Amino acid sequence: MAAEQVRLSNVSKTFQTGTPPQPLHALGPIDLELSRGEFFAVVGPSGCGKSTLLEVIAGLTPATEGAVLFEGRPIAGEAPDGMGVVFQEDASFAWLTVAENVAFGLRRTNLDREERAARVSNVLSLVGLSDFATSYPAQLSGGMRQRVCIARTLVMEPRLILLDEPFGALDQQTRLLMGDELLRMWRQTGATVFLITHALDEATMLADRIGVMSARPGRLTDVVETRWPRDRDSRIIEHSEFGAITARLWKTLREESLKTIGRARESGGPLR
Amino acid sequence: MNRVNAFRLLVVIAAIAALEALCLAGLIDKITMQPPHLIARDLGRLLVSGRMNGAIAKTLTNTVLALVLALGVGVIAGALLHRRRALRDTLDPLFATYYAVPVFAFYPFFIVVFGLGDIPQILIAFLLGVVAMIVNMLNGLDRVPSVLLKTARVLKLSPVDTALRVTLPSAGPYLLTGIKLAVAYAFIGVIGSEFILSRGGIGYEISFAYTSFDNATMYPLIVLILLASIVINGVLSRWERRLLVRRGMQ
Repeated sequence: MAAEQVRLSNVSKTFQTGTPPQPLHALGPIDLELSRGEFFAVVGPSGCGKSTLLEVIAGLTPATEGAVLFEGRPIAGEAPDGMGVVFQEDASFAWLTVAENVAFGLRRTNLDREERAARVSNVLSLVGLSDFATSYPAQLSGGMRQRVCIARTLVMEPRLILLDEPFGALDQQTRLLMGDELLRMWRQTGATVFLITHALDEATMLADRIGVMSARPGRLTDVVETRWPRDRDSRIIEHSEFGAITARLWKTLREESLKTIGRARESGGPLR
Repeated sequence: MNRVNAFRLLVVIAAIAALEALCLAGLIDKITMQPPHLIARDLGRLLVSGRMNGAIAKTLTNTVLALVLALGVGVIAGALLHRRRALRDTLDPLFATYYAVPVFAFYPFFIVVFGLGDIPQILIAFLLGVVAMIVNMLNGLDRVPSVLLKTARVLKLSPVDTALRVTLPSAGPYLLTGIKLAVAYAFIGVIGSEFILSRGGIGYEISFAYTSFDNATMYPLIVLILLASIVINGVLSRWERRLLVRRGMQ
């Protein structure tokens, strides 16, 4: 059994929304452990609190109840060292070149100029952007810009990488290829990966374990183990088990998604 | 040079040539206007003689002072208002109607309070420019994507580092629009005030030459102001274009 890296105990999140403020129970309670080096994906219906869960783990939003421990230490209000986050939206800095974007986070470190340059160059080649070091993000495609953000996270050599639907804005083919690259980076860095996605096939293809969340308030209703070999790529979709795992995810998720749709209908949503 | 720019240049040259022809043919009399080649010659003489150095220095110094004040106060006030929603909502109607108010109407009042020196002129120029800067600063800050601020938090940037390395660069194109407007307003404020009542400066010299029928001074100074504003605007526009191209916004 691999060492535990993250532990969520009884984590809940309640927001105050509207005027006058009304409590909105968005998340939890959730209990979850992530082992060092594993690839964990979370799927769930829209608005179930997936991104909130990621922000709670990242220290960007405090949990209303419960505790999050990262490597044994509670997360208190800010992203701890050793953790990197990649968001769904393009978070590249448009005014910096690709290399400057990647080197951005290294300013806080004690590395000297050569070491920084070496790290940036290594990471750029890892994400396949060596030829674009002096380009600006606007000159790159959406997928390449997302790779810049991944590189900016990887250069800090995080032990845990949180990804919030990083390929959500990309087309299906690019997503599959980016998934391959993510698997390769995961193997090479040895980091733990926590991926939020709405795509069931993406979760099945990439993860060692997949957490299925309920409709709001988001709870983990099922955790599916894929048992894929560590050395895998997108061709795993040909595997006979692939369909069975995806089907199991959908079986659990279908009911929860219907609840979300029902909620939309009750509140006068467009669905019929 | 592309075709559009070549055509623009051609229009300017044609206009100057037409003016030259009209002046030389006597269709525009000498008391009204000098032919452009004489204006150019007089401008050269004026600059070489150094007769206007004092006036140029005074106008430029006051413009730069007003500009620095407008930019500094504009950036700080914009940043504060961005964080204070209630205050911003209160002041919004003022910003929306600000440029409907002729600020020059306050010039006599400022002279009464501060005397006939540089301060009333700097104040008028500052008042003209500062709101353009505040409005564009707010505009820029409103458009900083929240994901960039989240990234700054993940990378543990201090509030000052976040402002200098993320927020301000992200709002850059809007700030540059504010700077461009503030530069123009600062010039208008200073030179306009000098026209109305002053003891020196380019505006004063133009006004003095006008009342003395001194076309050999008046037109070269008008051209000097034109050239200065074209050069400054050209430099800022180039900078803006580079910024926008780099960000794929043009």
